[in-house]
Amino acid sequence: MKYQSQAVSKLYFNAAIALFVAQIIFGVILGLQYVIGDFLFPYIPFNIARMVHTNLLIVWLLFGFMGASYYMVPEESQRELHSVKLAKILFWIFFIAAALIVLSYLLLPYQRLAELSGNAFLPTMGREFLEQPTIGKVGIVIVCLGFLYNVGMTIISGRKTVINVVLLTGLVGLALLFLFAFVNPENLVLDKYYWWWVVHLWVEGVWELILASLLAFVLIKTTGVDREVIDKWVYIIVAMALITGIIGTGHHYFFMGAPSYWLWLGSIFGALEPIPFFLMTLFAFNMVNKRRRIHANRVAVLWALGTGVMAFLGAGVWGFLHTLAPVNYYTHGTQITAAHGHMAFYGAYVMVVLAIISYAMPKLRGRVANSNKAQVVEMWSFWLMTVSMVFITLFLTAAGIVQVYLQRMGDQPLPYMIVQDKLAFFYWLREGAGIIFLIGLIVYLCSFLVKGESDQHIDVSHNNPALK
Amino acid sequence: MKELFTKSVARNIYYGGSLFFILLFLVLTYDTHQRIPATDNSENLTEEVAHGKRLWEENNCVGCHTLLGEGAYFAPELANVYDRFGQSKEAIKAFIMSRPPGGIPGRRSMPQFNFTDAELDALAEFLKYVNGIDAQNWPPNIQG
Repeated sequence: MKYQSQAVSKLYFNAAIALFVAQIIFGVILGLQYVIGDFLFPYIPFNIARMVHTNLLIVWLLFGFMGASYYMVPEESQRELHSVKLAKILFWIFFIAAALIVLSYLLLPYQRLAELSGNAFLPTMGREFLEQPTIGKVGIVIVCLGFLYNVGMTIISGRKTVINVVLLTGLVGLALLFLFAFVNPENLVLDKYYWWWVVHLWVEGVWELILASLLAFVLIKTTGVDREVIDKWVYIIVAMALITGIIGTGHHYFFMGAPSYWLWLGSIFGALEPIPFFLMTLFAFNMVNKRRRIHANRVAVLWALGTGVMAFLGAGVWGFLHTLAPVNYYTHGTQITAAHGHMAFYGAYVMVVLAIISYAMPKLRGRVANSNKAQVVEMWSFWLMTVSMVFITLFLTAAGIVQVYLQRMGDQPLPYMIVQDKLAFFYWLREGAGIIFLIGLIVYLCSFLVKGESDQHIDVSHNNPALK
Repeated sequence: MKELFTKSVARNIYYGGSLFFILLFLVLTYDTHQRIPATDNSENLTEEVAHGKRLWEENNCVGCHTLLGEGAYFAPELANVYDRFGQSKEAIKAFIMSRPPGGIPGRRSMPQFNFTDAELDALAEFLKYVNGIDAQNWPPNIQG
């Protein structure tokens, strides 16, 4: 750690990990509800558990992005953070608000929450991923603006690197696009049209900028490759992300009442959307191959490489699988979508946040890297979580194919619920893989507790010129 | 080749490309707004439908169901439920009303929401309106 103010990121990383654990517990509950339909009913019905699962994911990734920014930006800007105090205040506001929102989901009937929070004044609730009460959304906006101010002021008055500038554009985009969460026309077609401006333009747009920036930071630090080389990669990756991703929004406009030209635009640009992810894979492996030093933190490099591979598989390949309109006509809104969603979020965003945590956390705890023993335990968690996520995705894909065939193709299409019963086999397998994922996560937590001596045979002190 | 593709070229592709596609997207958005009255069934978007949509949202129906393919994949698609239930609003209302409060042992079941009759009417009217949206002939068949 070069700057004292970077320490504030630890708070954010800890919160991210805690919420990650809660998210996965709810994931396992949901998986079980798929096969034991009345599990926890009527206390935690599926819709509530799912809302908790997805909202926790979004919130902990935001904590991860914020923590990453607070860690990276001072180091990149070569100055202390504009205000540590503001970062701490915003942390507690965000954490308490997130906790209150999740608890209100669990303790109140959703309809009652809508009533109590005055949803009628500005109805924004009850749309997928944007279920937060309107007042909660206002809170998110305030936290984001305060965060942007803090990070922005630091960047503006310090050294401007490509990593910083791309990160800042991504974060500004994130905050601006979230404002469309407040747009909820009575016309369902328009409602959906703008809902995607938050959902798609986040995860298939500006979040990719944040992803590229985080990945580049970890790679610069761990490989020592020349910044000029990395910068060029970052620019071309984020260029391709926006060039394909913006019009790529059209692959969500196929079957919701929008004009038919979106079938063509969405298919073509959707098919190009894997390009930035493929470039990320090439980027990560190229940089590691060209590395000028072996960094003592090998597990951070593993997470970075894993991000490259899994983001391409989950977002790129599994996205391409159903992005063409004639295919999507059959797969839209089935377990194929669920399969893609799981691996894409894990591969792109979960893994990159875990990569930066893996790199930064030892430094925040006063060492260059964790002990070899701790790293090996963390590597176990990497493989357990990653491989089980591959299996979750494969089982859901299998379920999706059978579902599409039985329910939407064939001579005698069967009703939805009948088909669901026939898919129980795959859902059980998915639940098994989900439990392995949870075990992987527990192993991950354990890796923080493993002590032992850090590798000393590599000179990683600030006296080593290669590290400067 | 390496000399031609410099960092500033990459930067210009990023800024230029993004700006171009943002503008194109805005133009397409404007055009979509012009065209959708032909497909969005807005002529049937009454006060009651708007009320039904609010109920749909405030009971988090999308947490289990899909509507035009978006939502959760735990319960049936509802964009064509009006057709599936024989174009009968009464059938839709009866189904929602009849959900057992304690669920069905071992099986998935919709919660009992205790809607008033007016609320049930609004919900059914909303689902009828959605059924009328021209969504490129989607869902592929009556099963949704």
